[in-house]
Parts: sequence; structure tokens; C-alpha cells
Amino acid sequence: MIPEIGHFALIMGLVIAFVQGLFPIVGAQKGYASWVAVARPAARLQFLMLAVSFACLSWSFLHSDFSVLYVAENSNTKLPQIFKFSAVWGAHEGSLLLWALILSAWTAAVTVFGRGLSPLMMGRVLGVLGLVATGFLSFLIFTSNPFERLVPAVAEGRDLNPLLQDIGLVMHPPMLYMGYVGFSIPFSFAIAAMLGGRLDAAWARWSRPWTQVAWMFLTLGIALGSWWSYYELGWGGWWFWDPVENASFMPWLAGTALMHSLAVTEKRGAFKAWTVLLAIFTFSLSLLGTFLVRSGVLTSVHAFASDPSRGLFILLFLATVVGSSLALYAARASKVRSHVRFELVSRETGLLLNNVILVVTTVSILLGTLYPLIIDALGAGKISVGPPYFNSVFIPLTVPLAILIGVGTLARWKRDSFATIWRKVRVAFVASLVFGLVFPAVAMGHYSVKAGLGMVLAFWVFFTTLKVVKENARGRGLPGLSLSQWGMTLGHLGVAVFITGITLTSIYSLEEDVRLAPGDKYELGGYQFQFRGTTEVRGPNYKGTRGEVVVTRNDHLVTTLYPEKRNYLTGMPMTEAGIAPGLTRDLFVALGEPLDDKGAWAVRIYVKPYVRWIWLAALIMALGGLCSLADKRYRVLARRQGEAVAGGVA
Amino acid sequence: MKARHKRFTFLVAGLVVLASAAYLVIKGLNENLNYYFSPTEVIEGKAPPNHVFRLGGLVVPGSLKRDELGNEKTKNVLATFVVTDNKNSVKVRYKGILPDLFTEGRSVVTQGKLGPDGVFQADQVLAKHDEKYMPPEVAEMLKKAHKKGVAEMAGGSKP
Repeated sequence: MIPEIGHFALIMGLVIAFVQGLFPIVGAQKGYASWVAVARPAARLQFLMLAVSFACLSWSFLHSDFSVLYVAENSNTKLPQIFKFSAVWGAHEGSLLLWALILSAWTAAVTVFGRGLSPLMMGRVLGVLGLVATGFLSFLIFTSNPFERLVPAVAEGRDLNPLLQDIGLVMHPPMLYMGYVGFSIPFSFAIAAMLGGRLDAAWARWSRPWTQVAWMFLTLGIALGSWWSYYELGWGGWWFWDPVENASFMPWLAGTALMHSLAVTEKRGAFKAWTVLLAIFTFSLSLLGTFLVRSGVLTSVHAFASDPSRGLFILLFLATVVGSSLALYAARASKVRSHVRFELVSRETGLLLNNVILVVTTVSILLGTLYPLIIDALGAGKISVGPPYFNSVFIPLTVPLAILIGVGTLARWKRDSFATIWRKVRVAFVASLVFGLVFPAVAMGHYSVKAGLGMVLAFWVFFTTLKVVKENARGRGLPGLSLSQWGMTLGHLGVAVFITGITLTSIYSLEEDVRLAPGDKYELGGYQFQFRGTTEVRGPNYKGTRGEVVVTRNDHLVTTLYPEKRNYLTGMPMTEAGIAPGLTRDLFVALGEPLDDKGAWAVRIYVKPYVRWIWLAALIMALGGLCSLADKRYRVLARRQGEAVAGGVA
Repeated sequence: MKARHKRFTFLVAGLVVLASAAYLVIKGLNENLNYYFSPTEVIEGKAPPNHVFRLGGLVVPGSLKRDELGNEKTKNVLATFVVTDNKNSVKVRYKGILPDLFTEGRSVVTQGKLGPDGVFQADQVLAKHDEKYMPPEVAEMLKKAHKKGVAEMAGGSKP
């Protein structure tokens, strides 16, 4: 009964989404106010329906209703309660339902926080979101219904993929989807503004906080995924340039470009048409990401078993969204002229370069990700593009970007000169050279020129960002800085931390797969790892072996690690690494496999300096996003426009 | 600066960024494309020597062996196994720990170079999320090999 209610609510959601998409948009073009007024109640009702549907599916999971096929395939009575709930989005059908739920939640949020929007604009924005929801809900209902019944029901479910029975993975998809789907808001603002024929600074101001919040979630989502793959999946790797990872990284890069260009559009009224194009581009990449993950067209370590008809549906949907929005752009953008002049040396130019580099990087990654598909479609053979491609393209393109942070943020709007900028940055320049080149000699075991250069870059971003804070605080002190300025500062400090983490981890990591019998010692990076043998352990839905590894340094005990090898009820083996985290180094031990009957194991040992800084950077960046979001000018704006509308009505 | 000069400078800067990106992309692609080959293609000599490529297929049951040679000193972990497309087979050697979902009888994709002794030296064995999942290349290859085998059997039975 409950699953049928969920299914029914889902269908109602689709019908309402269609109404929410059709009436307000047609009404707005034809001038029927009553049709436009449908948007807001429809959006809220759609959210309610999807919430009911999601709740029903959750109920089926929590009560282990194995008469529902999706539940039977992804849950088990012995599964801990928290994972029964997270199993709702553990596979294709449920994760799409989560996608749709988040979309409707974002839409409902627009109806609440967008009170200052004109009814026409609101109608159009919600209408575009309604159309997107219509596409997704049809996909969900027609190709991947999570409420399909299993007749006859089974007594016990298959269990959730053990890789997903982990707190990192409980959080990762919702965060990622909040980001992906969040970019639908600036997208629909852009489309709505083009439909209305008014692309002014106002739409940029409206889109900005939404873009920042989506970007913040996406940052956290990607970081969580990377962290999870580090300790659970990747055997200590944190990024593989895998198609599915790229799928989340491309919207992030495009979204970063969008945030920066929205800033120019809002503050200076420049780059209007470009910003609209970026909004379309970012959301299209989010959709493409969903397509790549869900269609199984690419060989990926992350690929799940999939069904080609689903891929075709998403591809058609993607083509419709991209095609129609680009057509609209072609028709309308020619009218949009930015009549704002700026000189060659100015902050605008810096941000333009930022955008060019970010977009070119995104396109290069896109090319590398899709290249195997293109070659295959041409019948020229099966290929894969290796991670070295991405490194060899990404690093040279983004190094100038990091250098630019220091120059662009200190340049004045409209007009500046290299001489004034140089006066501002010269101290930072010298300091970063000195600190950067000396750092590896002082803090690391052996000197590496590459590490020195990487650290120069990190210190450069760090010192110039401090300089920006100092400039902004001149005359009014630190408390005088707006939250938006703190947001930028944190975002850029995050970049410095990120460069530090990547540089030191990639250059100084030590890794060894070794054979260890009980009592054996192995030395790596100055640490002595002693294997003490294994014991049997038993969990709620798995049996396993737990190793004990004592780590000492200069005969002092550092830590004892307990890596595990588990065998889940489904028959799937799992490796749980033993990790001793630290700010300057992680010690990582994982059990491979037993090698003989005397208790010897293949053991993987890692010493990874500064690896935490990579995820720490993401946290700092996300915090920056939160700060900008909370800036009071958005609240003031909402209130003022709300009053204006109220006044107009009275 | 005159507006015309300014536009010209922007144009040149844009072209420089694009050209360097194009250079990086083309160079990167040239050096890092890994073609995919089946055991049959490797046996037929289609795979390039001294170039990294991917080899995929099914792991022959009972073929997985731990190479104990030199273990006591270096403590290295070595494994060899045989990959097949049900028609031809290639031996694979891998230094390191195999992924959890590596199982005899199941599909696998490996990446590496073909050694002079005809043994594939893998430096990567791809793991998967999901035991139901089979890489599309492997699935297609098995289908092809199966069809070919059936055709040959049909052809061979004719007098």
C-alpha cells in the first residue's frame, strides 16, 4: 500500500511539474496573469508530492519491504538502520528520486526566498524549473521506477553494495546533487531573463547567491567523494581523473567561472551575454554528469550496471535542454550589449582571463572525457584516455590561474596600471619566493625543486590574499570587511591550501605493497610498521579479518592501526584501511589478501604527507561560499524589492 | 590606449590561451591514448609493442598464482593470471595488490605493456563498484568472439 502511495505521489508530481512548466511560461508570453499565478502553488505542491514519494520509499526501506524490487535489490534485514535509510539513494532509481526531490526543494526555496521577484519573472523561473522537473520525472517514472513490485516477494534482500555502507557515501550523493541541481536555479533565471527580454544586472544579483550555494554544496560533495575514495575505494588514491569524477568536476569549474563572471555582471554590468551562456553551460554540464554516471557509456571504476535505454533518454533530454536554451540565446543575446568600458589593465580583464582559463580547462577535460566515446562512435577502435593526459593539461592551464589570483584581486575596477599593482604585490612576490623555495628544505625530508615551485605558488596566493584583506580593511579595520569580502578571502585561501596539499602529497607520498608475516617489520619514510598478525571479527552483516600493525618512529610508539578485510553477506569483499590521520601526514595501512596458511598477508603501506590539506581546502572554500551567501546586501535587496512590490500592489 | 588597439590585444591574448590549450590537449592526447585490445588481437600481433594499452577479458579459473620469487628480500607482492576471451588467452603479470572485486571467472580490465616474453606487464588492474558490472568493451568482445567461434564451428562442420 505504502509503495503505491509513493508511486501515485510521484505521478502526481510529474503532472504538477508539467502544469508548473507549461502555464506560467505560456501565460507570461501571452499576458495571462492567472496562468502565471499557477506557478507558485504548483511548485510547492510538486515539492510536497515528491517529499511524500521519497518518504514512502524510505518507509519501505526502513521496514524492509522486499515486495518492492528496488528495496529487495539494495537492502537487507541485517543492514544497520542508518544504511537502510541511505540505501534509498544507494542505486540508480532512488538516487534519481533524490535528484528530483532536491530539484523540487530548490524550486520551493525560490518561492520562499524570491519574494522580491516580479510575478512575471517568478512565473518564468518556476516555469523553466517545472520543465526541467518534467523531463526528470518522466525519466524516473518511465525508465527507472523505484516502486516497481517484486512478485512474489522475497524473504531477504540482496543487501546494499558494501562500498556504500559508509558515512562518507551516506553524505556524498545528497551533497553532490544539491550542487548539480542547484545550478538549475541560475540556469532558469538566465532563461527566464532571456524570455522576458530583460538581461540586466538585477538577474545577476538574483542568481549570485543561488550560484554560490550550489557551488558550496558541489565543493563539499566532490571533497566527500574524494575523501571516501581515499579511505574506502581507492586504496589511498584521492583523485583518478575517472570519467565520473570529471563529470562532477566540470560543472564545478564552470560554476566557479560563473560565480566570478556574475560578480562582474552584478557590480559593473559587463559580460552580460557571456554570463548567461555560462549559466547554460554549467547546468548542461551538470546534466551531462548525470548522463555519464547513469548511462554506463564509459568504462569507469565508478560505473554501475546500467541499461542503454536510460542513457538514450538522458541524452535526448540533454540535447533538448542544451539545444533549446542555445537557440533562445542565439535569438536574444544579440540584443544584449554591455555598454561598460574597461581598460586593458583592470580587474575586469583579470576576471575575464579567469573565465577564459576556467572554461578552456573545462573544455579540455570534457574533450578528454568524451574522446573515447567520439572515437568509438567513429568506429576507430576502443580507447581510454589516461590520467597523465588530464594532469598534463590541467596543471599548465591552472598555474597561470593561481598567479592571476594575486594580480586580479589587487587590481582596481575599470582602470589600473601594472606599476600600481606591482607596488602592491612586490612584498608578497619576494616573500612567496623565499618561503616557497625554503619550505621543502625545512619541512620535508629531501629537497625537490618541483615542490619548491609548488610552494611558491601556494605562498603567492596566500600572501596576496592577505594583502587584499589589508587593503580592504584600510581605515575601517577587520570588522569592517563585508561577509562577501570574507567569502572571497576564504575561497582564495582555500586555493593556497589546496595547492600545498596537492604539491606535497604528489611529490612526497611513499607507497609500498609488501608481504608481511606476523612479526615482520617494514620501514617506510622513517616509520617502522610491524605486522602483529590477524584476528577474526564479526559485524552485523559481514565477517572479517582484522590485522594489527604497530607503527613506531625512532623506537617511540606512534600509533596502532587496525586494517580490516570484510566479507559481506552478498559475497562481496571489502577493504577497510587503517588510517592514522594527521595535519602533516597520514599513515595508511590496508590488508590485501592472505598469502599462505602461516598468516602472511599482502599489505599496502602508505605515508602521505599533507594529504588532509586537499579536503581541508575544500572545507575552507565551502565556508567562503557560505560567507558570501550570508552577505547582507542580498537580504537588504530581498527586503527592499519585497517592499516595493507590496507598495505597488497596495 | 585606443579602442582598436585594446581589442587587438584582447584578441591576441585570447588566441595565445587557446593555442596553448590546443597544444596541450593534442600533445596530451597523443601521448596518453590507450587502445583496448582483446587477447585474440594480442595473439594476432595487433597490439603495439612498447606502448601502454588495455587488455580485457575473463580471468581463467585456477590461473591466479602468487609469484614467490624474491619475496623474502624485497617483500614484493607479485601475481600472475591468465585473461581470456574464450578463444585466445594472454598471461598477465602484476606487481601489487589486486582489487577486492578481482575474482577468477569474472571480467577484468588491465592496463600495461606487452613484455618481450609475451606476458602482459600490467601496472593497473581496474576495480569496479559493483559485481554485476561488466565493462562494455569486455561484454562486446565476448559477444564477438562467441559469434566468431560459432561461425567457425558451423564452417568447420561442413564437408
